[in-house]
Amino acid sequence: MSLAAELPTRRIAFTLNGSPKRVSVPLTLSALELVRDLLGLTGTKYACGEGECGACTIVVDGKSLNSCLAFAVDLDGRMVTTVEGVASDPALARLREALVEAGGVQCGFCTPGIVMQAKYLIDSGRATSRAAIQRGLEGNLCRCTGYVKIIDAVAQAAGVNA
Amino acid sequence: MAKPMPVRTVAEESLIGKRIPKMDAPDKVAGRTRYVQDLNVPGQLHGKILRSARLHARIVKIDTSKAKALPGVHVVLTAADVDQRPIGVRKDHMPLKGDKVRSFRDEIAAVAADTPEIAEEAIRLIEVVYEDLPPLTDPEKALLPGAPLIHEDKKDNVAMTFDYANGDVKQGEAESDIIVEDTFYLHYVTHCCMGVSGIIADYQPNGNLLLHSNTQVPFLHKREFAEIFGIDPGRIRIIQPPIGGGFGSKLDIYPFEPIVVFLAKAAGRPVKLVFTREEEFVASPTRQPVILKLRSGAKKDGTLTFRDCVTLHDNGAYTSWGATTPFVMMQTISSLYRVPHCCYHTKAVYTNNPYAGSFRGYGNLQATFAVEAHIDKMADALGLDAFEMRLKNAQDPGEVTPQGMHFKSCGFKDCLKTVAARSGFSDKRHAYRVAESAPGRYKRGIGMASMLHVGGGAKIYPSDGCGTILKIDDFAHVTVMTGASEIGQGSETVLAQLVAEELGVPLSAITIVNNDTDITPWDVGVHASRTTFIAGNAAIGAARIAKTKILAAAAKVSNIAATDLTLRGGFVARAADGQVIMDLPKLLRSIHFQDKADLVMTTFYYEPPSKHQDKEFKGDVSAAYAWATQAVEIEVDLWTGIIRLLKVTAAHDVGRVLNRLGIEGQIEGGIVMGQGYALSEDLMVREGRIANPNFRDYKLITAPEIPAMDISFIESMDGEGPQGAKGVGEAPAICMAAAIANAIENATGVRITALPFTPENVYRALSSARGQAKGAA
Repeated sequence: MSLAAELPTRRIAFTLNGSPKRVSVPLTLSALELVRDLLGLTGTKYACGEGECGACTIVVDGKSLNSCLAFAVDLDGRMVTTVEGVASDPALARLREALVEAGGVQCGFCTPGIVMQAKYLIDSGRATSRAAIQRGLEGNLCRCTGYVKIIDAVAQAAGVNA
Repeated sequence: MAKPMPVRTVAEESLIGKRIPKMDAPDKVAGRTRYVQDLNVPGQLHGKILRSARLHARIVKIDTSKAKALPGVHVVLTAADVDQRPIGVRKDHMPLKGDKVRSFRDEIAAVAADTPEIAEEAIRLIEVVYEDLPPLTDPEKALLPGAPLIHEDKKDNVAMTFDYANGDVKQGEAESDIIVEDTFYLHYVTHCCMGVSGIIADYQPNGNLLLHSNTQVPFLHKREFAEIFGIDPGRIRIIQPPIGGGFGSKLDIYPFEPIVVFLAKAAGRPVKLVFTREEEFVASPTRQPVILKLRSGAKKDGTLTFRDCVTLHDNGAYTSWGATTPFVMMQTISSLYRVPHCCYHTKAVYTNNPYAGSFRGYGNLQATFAVEAHIDKMADALGLDAFEMRLKNAQDPGEVTPQGMHFKSCGFKDCLKTVAARSGFSDKRHAYRVAESAPGRYKRGIGMASMLHVGGGAKIYPSDGCGTILKIDDFAHVTVMTGASEIGQGSETVLAQLVAEELGVPLSAITIVNNDTDITPWDVGVHASRTTFIAGNAAIGAARIAKTKILAAAAKVSNIAATDLTLRGGFVARAADGQVIMDLPKLLRSIHFQDKADLVMTTFYYEPPSKHQDKEFKGDVSAAYAWATQAVEIEVDLWTGIIRLLKVTAAHDVGRVLNRLGIEGQIEGGIVMGQGYALSEDLMVREGRIANPNFRDYKLITAPEIPAMDISFIESMDGEGPQGAKGVGEAPAICMAAAIANAIENATGVRITALPFTPENVYRALSSARGQAKGAA
């Protein structure tokens, strides 16, 4: 911890998955490192570290965000949801069930990011058609499924047919 | 008088062909699945590796003193500090390089520290003095006299050669009415597993070594690790946490794995190392790049006469599985279609480039690309229908090819006919050909390609076995311990399904244990599309033993002959009419408590005996073969070279559909991986350096770009397959580039023989063809 200890830190307060959190974070810490390494919520994944793959997607104040590109300090005062935080959300239960039932999961590494991006698309009313869902998932890479069943699942959860 | 018990019946219900959600999916969507990246063990240190800053150089001096002095650093290792043995397919690769570096990825030193940040800082403090050697990055120059030597003991830079022949090519040429010849250039791509590579090495107090590893071949790795460290393989335990994608990338042992073990040993603490994405691009294997020269001939009626193929494989600096892809390539060259005269020669040569490993399809994408281009080319030159010419030369069930492959089940012609009919292939191909010369910016094209691949295991080791241990407790809960690894492909679900089918229990009654070498039976690993076939047969074998034992016990209790009983819906039932005889958990309780329950079953499935391949590569390599045809429809923008993939029509001979959801997912994913190989993915290796080690510049296909898909299953019911099934994992990725190349030719009249078909490459190829056409006119 010797290097980290030398870095300036700041205390932040935010809402994580419905519960208040107060933590002291180094100024250079990313939001991804905060949730994964400091808070132990390993559902959010590192897969590229530069905002290209979407595996680290979280939802902040209703908007999806690549947490690898955001500073932890910028979460101060915000409402943050990670994949772990959606167990009690019935809308999300439907989405998760759809991903399972439609076969949208293979190795599963991209899945938490897909869940969070899909949550954002549905909650914000953007999942209006299959094409809109496809565009909305453009920033989430998946190497296993070929996306077909992920799109099926999100469409199903959003109640979209065409 | 007591009323007679009402007669209850239970209907026969099969799980085969149903849509079964993946068993591990609920955890994965909840973010609960803990991959190796997510694991931490008490006392763990973090490892980091220093890689070469030079392409080809002698290492004059390594100074680690500053790194060692950094607070928080526990161990710094170089080749001088470890007793290491070479790794890899040809054992030409030392994990830590002491004398010289042969590529930019080469490992020179490693650090274990309290945090990843300290480890990284320590790596930066290591000073290396190099003395540059002449570089060699062109595989064609590797064979020239005086070429720099990559390994001083390999005087010709040749890592591996493969030579295969049947018939007499000269005779084939003499019988030909047309001969075509091309050189095809197949490029570098890489796996891009979403979960980056990682390992945790942990020496236990008793001296045993525990590895948390992403390997696809845990038992083979135990042996290889043991050889490297000079310890008893029995003292190594490999636990595979859920794996974030494999696709062949985890089939070999890579330097970072033994290096982390060396660090753990030196530190006396567990050490974890996880790659960054950039490291994953730089230091994991690639698909095998190939320069492939093919000559093919046919008679006027379209009958193939000969094929003569010479390939040059850029092995890179070290030999991994990529060098052995000719083993698969020659099967496509010799046996996808009937070819009486055939020869195939290949050399894999050392260069200072990244080295190639195994990757879904294993050389078959490259071979199919060339073979299918030539079918189209010859059909067009002979004025034949491209589909009919394929059909004319396609294999039938029962054939034994000159290479010795025996096609017991073969749905190839059904694949061809299904795709031709469903895609409207011949009519569209003709219409697009006519429209090609009309003015206009956008041109449509349709192209077809087929593939042959192993579908019943692969006899590349002396054995292709897999074991199963199955136990049933007194509540009718079944635990299946299998040697088969789960890498996301769904093996755990299909194995549970096969067992549930035999035992008449719900899927929720089954637990699959598949990730711990101390528990699971031996297996040669997840590769070669073998798991459903080999592990599936092993699981069925164990379930059938259990069924026999249970029915024998039920017969004793019920006084009904065991042969008249079956297991169905959680009951023992009469086979003829489904009448419930007894509750299965109750029967199991009674036999566990009162009888010799003996409900631990073990089986091993080994591939059925066949003529094993000899030194000339003649013989049978699999217990069954998978077939597929795919047609693609594209739109080419002549102004920009952008190709839009509109639709894929696919038919796959899968033997039989087991889990419909799973097999669709495999095929859809494979199609899109093949689309990426053809259209967007390009690992740019420039003078040995990877120029685009990130997802911004290495372009994977995204959700809006996928084509419409029409997938048909041909159920040829393989006699040896589990419930008739054959392997499918690799098949769907194989045809795409070949079919797209044919579609581009159909749309534009231009045959492009080099991948990938990125807009720039396509635009340049079209411009150059137009220039040549003008020059000729």
